[in-house]
Amino acid sequence: MVTRDDYRIDEKPTWCPGCGDYGILTALIRALVEHNIAPHELMIVTGIGCGSKLPQYMRVNGMHTLHGRPWPAAQGAKLANHGMRVIVVHGDGDGYGEGLGHFVHAVRRNPGVTEIVQNNKIYGLTKGQFSPTSEKGWKTSTSPYGSAEEPAQPLALAITHGATFVARGYPGELKHLIWLIGEALEHPGYALVDILQPCVSFNKPRAYEYYAERVYKLEDEAGYDPNNRTAAWERAQEWGEHIPIGIFYRAVPGPTFEMLDPVLKDSTPLVKRPLGKLGSAQVDSLLAKLR
Amino acid sequence: MIENDITIRIGGEAGMGLESSGAGFAKALVRGGLHVFGVPDFYSRIRGGHNFFTLRAACDPLFSIADPVHILLALDMESVRRHIADLVPGGAVVYDSKDPLSEALRREDVLAIPVALSQLAREIGGLELMRNTLALGIAAGLLEFDLSYVESIIRDNFAKKGEDVITSNLNVIHKGAEIAEAYKADFPFRLHAVPNAPQRILLNGTQAFSMGALAGGCRFVSGYPMTPGSPVLVWFAQNGAKYGAVAKHVEDEISAINMAIGAAIMGARALVPTSGGGYALMVEGTGFAGISETPVVIYNAQRPGPATGLPTRTEQADLLFMLHASQDEFPRMVLAPGTLEEAFHLGWYAFNVAERYQTPVMVLSDQFLADAFRSLEASGLDFDAVEIDRGALLTDADLDALTERYKRYQITESGISPRALPGHPNAIWVTESNEHDEYPRIEEDAQNRIAQQSKRMRKARPMAQDVPPPTWYGPEGAALTLVCWGSTYGPAREAVDRLNAQEAGAANLLHFSGLEPFPPTAEAELRKAHKTIVVEGNYTGQLEILIRARTGLSVDGHVRRFDGRPFRPEFILAGLQEA
Repeated sequence: MVTRDDYRIDEKPTWCPGCGDYGILTALIRALVEHNIAPHELMIVTGIGCGSKLPQYMRVNGMHTLHGRPWPAAQGAKLANHGMRVIVVHGDGDGYGEGLGHFVHAVRRNPGVTEIVQNNKIYGLTKGQFSPTSEKGWKTSTSPYGSAEEPAQPLALAITHGATFVARGYPGELKHLIWLIGEALEHPGYALVDILQPCVSFNKPRAYEYYAERVYKLEDEAGYDPNNRTAAWERAQEWGEHIPIGIFYRAVPGPTFEMLDPVLKDSTPLVKRPLGKLGSAQVDSLLAKLR
Repeated sequence: MIENDITIRIGGEAGMGLESSGAGFAKALVRGGLHVFGVPDFYSRIRGGHNFFTLRAACDPLFSIADPVHILLALDMESVRRHIADLVPGGAVVYDSKDPLSEALRREDVLAIPVALSQLAREIGGLELMRNTLALGIAAGLLEFDLSYVESIIRDNFAKKGEDVITSNLNVIHKGAEIAEAYKADFPFRLHAVPNAPQRILLNGTQAFSMGALAGGCRFVSGYPMTPGSPVLVWFAQNGAKYGAVAKHVEDEISAINMAIGAAIMGARALVPTSGGGYALMVEGTGFAGISETPVVIYNAQRPGPATGLPTRTEQADLLFMLHASQDEFPRMVLAPGTLEEAFHLGWYAFNVAERYQTPVMVLSDQFLADAFRSLEASGLDFDAVEIDRGALLTDADLDALTERYKRYQITESGISPRALPGHPNAIWVTESNEHDEYPRIEEDAQNRIAQQSKRMRKARPMAQDVPPPTWYGPEGAALTLVCWGSTYGPAREAVDRLNAQEAGAANLLHFSGLEPFPPTAEAELRKAHKTIVVEGNYTGQLEILIRARTGLSVDGHVRRFDGRPFRPEFILAGLQEA
């Protein structure tokens, strides 16, 4: 049995006291333990930003890649070794800003990868600029007159592009978040868990007090059907006085990106196959086309 | 009669099927025991414009096309206009008789063969598109080339389309040869098949490199279409699955290189094929591979730029860009094959170097090398010589025996750290793009930075021993030495042959296929030359700059080309007059 000790490492996070990333880290490890996933079976691929340092703060395989690029690296990792579990973790500036294109294209492919987003609606590591998910009119160091952009809608985007598991969590509701991550890990295809991450240093108006008063769980709402794609798409854009958390949309996924590949389909992971010289029959078949 | 070494040019608009019929005819010539060199010259468009395909055939091996044309097959009047001047005296022009040849386009010393190409193609073959087949039939007839080889290609190429299609193509070819009968007496050139010649292969640089990469264990290819690099992605997409190679066309080049890096970290030999503009988007990823010490092979088939430039044309102007791409410093290898044999060899060799030194390796091709066809002996692609060396890769048994925490970036004397692949319980680590310590933890300490940066840079020393040294062609101690890199080898080699045919010992050639680390033997080799002229396809003389930077030596002159067209021996010889 996997225990929390398996994931323990002697490394102190560089996050501010009270940062929402602590809760996300705790929830992730507890979900992994509950679902009996060992560190060596797992690859956590992150971008660049405060939250993307997460794999350094647990004992786990990771790729701490480039700002905006965790998705391509994660898909390459999954294609090369589909026997390994791959989780993508990134922030809003990273994956919904610089990496928004990669995000949409990744969702379209349905890779067997779980995506966890530390969405604090601000750039923290560079000290407080508005982000792709900041509300319109948000005043920051680079938007002194208020930002001009509508916020990106990652949950609705994911639903639109074929995602079959789309959820939002909140570290103030830790048990609920652990459950959500666990459900995402069990989903046999691409799964998104976007997390409202309070940033206590650079986005004080969107810290715990704000969310605590507004979040409500979709699971508590009688009659909410997470299998209704249109309703999920609409609910994914609700924001303001009431902010939904929970599973917005869940459906049975089709085959994953890996399993649609003719080389990988129902077969040994690429990197587990012997790598040798081509046989003479293979060489002959290559040369035959050239004669 | 003049035999051996004949050039045929077929010209028309995009969409007329020039390349496929030209390639088919080239294959027929190869089956007929001849050596062939073929170059497509295409505009970046799907329809219209002016495209042509030049096919040179001879009894001896060829390394270049040459200027004089013996037969011009003009599918439209634009082809006559553009190429009539290229015909040798006594050459022939075949054109569609529906448009009369204007007085200005007539040449007294050229045989004019007006044929109702479109009409006959429709009548006999049922398709106007077959006019190129008809024209090639006329060419075969004029040259007295044995039609049975052309027939065998038609049977093979149209086997899947059925007997009717084969028959109509055969009828068209025979009609062409029949037309040629009336003109043969006035045409002094012949190209007879060489019976009992060894069975040869016909391929281009794209195919040679792709097969080399596959043979070298490349099992993951991610790319985004960009001429002239994407043919390698297409080759793997079409052929890879059969040999266990995954090929993905992804959303952009940024994704392509980061996907390859992700796959490579897991342990797959990974390749990104692109052209210069696509590589520009991969620069960030290259740096990530550098600091994370990830083996990845980058293939850049150069075209003229900057930005969109001339998409379907050739140039050698990305050398210094590839050498310096990315912020800060890390070791890399830059290879530039000059021939199909080298493209195949470096195709597999690149993956060994990448894994041995855990760093990016770049292969610089260009449109000329990528697209030009050449015949080779079947043994020219040396599959037996292929080796797969994965460098300091830890086995499961090594990892089972590990008692301490695994250090992915262990400081070693060579700079090479033993590499594990993710998945083993004893080797759990985070690949880092931040500066890091040995484990790696993110670490900003100054001494640690010095230790890690020095460790990475130390790898360049043994790498220099693995870079292919420059090679000589031609007589030792010649009065003149041409110096070249990459695809310029072929035309430069023929220029040297022609100089030596005029005067024995006149010239030789020093060819660079390894450019970074700069080969340690280069300075000594260059010092052997009496007079050095650098021949390269760019404006500023990038190899010349590199030679000066790395050896302190100055060369005596240069021949440069940057009009998007490949070098020809005649261009080099003319340039030498001014150099």
